[in-house]
Amino acid sequence: MSATVTDPRPERAPRPRRSRPPGGGRGRRSSPWSWRWSDRIVLVCAWAAGVLLCAIAASIVIYMGFRGIQYLRPGLIFSRPQVSGSQAGSGGFLDPLLGTLLLTVIGVTLALPLALASAVWLAEYGRPSWMARIVESSIEVVAGTPDIVIAIFGLAVFQLSLLAPFSFQAEGGGVFGRSFLAAGTMMSLLAIPPIYTATRDGLQAVPSHMREAAFALGKTRITTIRRVLLPSVRSNIATGVTLGTSRIIGSTAIVLLLLGSTLRIESVGGVPGIGVLRGTGSALTSYIYENSPAGEGGAPQKAYAASFVLLVFVLLLNHIVERIGRAHAEATGLSVVGGVV
Amino acid sequence: MLGAVSLVVAAVVCGMVVFVAIKAWPSFHHNGPSWFLGGSSFERDVARMGTAGSGAPAAVYHVRTWPLIYGTLISSTLAVFFGLIIGVLSSVFIVELAPGVVRRVTIPVVRLLASVPSVIYGLIGILVLAPFVGNHLISAHEKESVANVVQLTGAGLLVTVTILTVMITPIMIALICEALVSVPPSWKEGAVALGLNPLRAVRAVTLKAIRPAIVAAAVLASARALGEAIMIQMVSGGKTFVPKPVDGIVFIFEPLRTLASAIVDYHEGINAPPLGAAVYSWALLLLFSALALSVMGYLVKLPLRKYQTQG
Repeated sequence: MSATVTDPRPERAPRPRRSRPPGGGRGRRSSPWSWRWSDRIVLVCAWAAGVLLCAIAASIVIYMGFRGIQYLRPGLIFSRPQVSGSQAGSGGFLDPLLGTLLLTVIGVTLALPLALASAVWLAEYGRPSWMARIVESSIEVVAGTPDIVIAIFGLAVFQLSLLAPFSFQAEGGGVFGRSFLAAGTMMSLLAIPPIYTATRDGLQAVPSHMREAAFALGKTRITTIRRVLLPSVRSNIATGVTLGTSRIIGSTAIVLLLLGSTLRIESVGGVPGIGVLRGTGSALTSYIYENSPAGEGGAPQKAYAASFVLLVFVLLLNHIVERIGRAHAEATGLSVVGGVV
Repeated sequence: MLGAVSLVVAAVVCGMVVFVAIKAWPSFHHNGPSWFLGGSSFERDVARMGTAGSGAPAAVYHVRTWPLIYGTLISSTLAVFFGLIIGVLSSVFIVELAPGVVRRVTIPVVRLLASVPSVIYGLIGILVLAPFVGNHLISAHEKESVANVVQLTGAGLLVTVTILTVMITPIMIALICEALVSVPPSWKEGAVALGLNPLRAVRAVTLKAIRPAIVAAAVLASARALGEAIMIQMVSGGKTFVPKPVDGIVFIFEPLRTLASAIVDYHEGINAPPLGAAVYSWALLLLFSALALSVMGYLVKLPLRKYQTQG
């Protein structure tokens, strides 16, 4: 309005709401003590939230570490589980440990080629674009599917009589549908999204002059991928595989539904290697579950010991991810943003 | 060739939807829309289905899943609500407020919380939190007040929501932090130059700019919360019960059962056709909810992508 323009009273001019804090020099950040109450409360809440998260994580690690040291004995790791009524006689968790390793190997072996092929195809070819969109969104769907749904889907698939060779067949002709192969195959679905995402992001970050240089030297597209691009995203692939591994060793639902509920590794048929793959067993996660009050075992000491071992694995894998990320950042000057989960 | 290999995952996804839908069909077919309703004893229905053979009459397929749907909804909603508060605050803390040393500690901590296996969370819940709640937080008077309906042991809604919140907050933090970092710093600096204090500038400018990311984080975290099976199965009390807010404060101690935990509970009986169909129908509902949520997450993030490309 023109009235305010013609009104020349300087004392009516809007003054800054908050004066400079006493003693605040040039360029100093404003001290929270000069803020409004509501802002100070938010500040305190934000700090509290951050500290709360740290406290929760610390208490989980410290508590599990304490229980682990209390109950973990070397004998537990190196002895096989026994069927026994008493705690002392029920053995250790050698078989679940081997089961977890076996599942990880199967899962990663199946997931790696699939995820790499998808990522390379999408980043380097990606045509026709509708197909690229299908590939991308289907991997996103797999990433978002609850693992219990993946597990029950696996049960439906491996109980088909067509897939009978992958597990054992009961006397009535019904296919059991539970085996290391069945569980490992479904585990690979858990590992595909992290490997795919890490590799794709890595490939997209490779500067295009590297490709052009390779083409200029007369390399074909496929050679460029094999000799130039894949080696340069090695650390991304390693990050993806590590994240996938940590998802596989932490998954309980798939093991519980698809590996049967025998604690020992029971092989099926005469052939030694294939018999184990077709047979049932357990993994650390299902061992913990079965020994907790939720399962039948009711042996919390053993559950604590096994979950300490599992937690150590997870921490180790986390540490590896971090190391790779840091090495990558030092080598290329790029930080690996994201990938927190 | 590579393209053909990359279509394998798409084929698996289609196969998954088709397989689960085929297996679930009898349950939907025999119940109709009332599948979603309540009003029948869930545990009696399931017991009847579990003992039925393959030639079971249609009446055996009778099941009302409202208790499960309600349990899933209430546990995920509460967890997402609390997780969102903690998630936004701690993302602002990590990105804007924390001094370098604290930040370097907090980021691995978030990553650790995200990667602790759900069975360990469940173990802590069932061996530490549930007995604590049962012995110290629930008074004898409260136990008596509902003794004729349900027994309160400590395992229930409170423990479930607490642990679920801890499990889904890291996902939100990851997404929100990513968005916070991508906001051009000049926007916030402009607000500070206009006289806002740094925190208020974050609230007024940065958080407003990343609102779509916050919604997307909530949506994706709720997809995760719905699908959590093992942990909830361990700490939710193992009883199909509908925690009713009208019960007063006792409501937070009451047991519940969710769609995912019911699948864990009843997967042993999957070879009885009626129960198998019911279990697959729960899985199908979960699958479609997860699908819908990831589509929603994608859609709400679209506006964010638009101005991210502007730099």
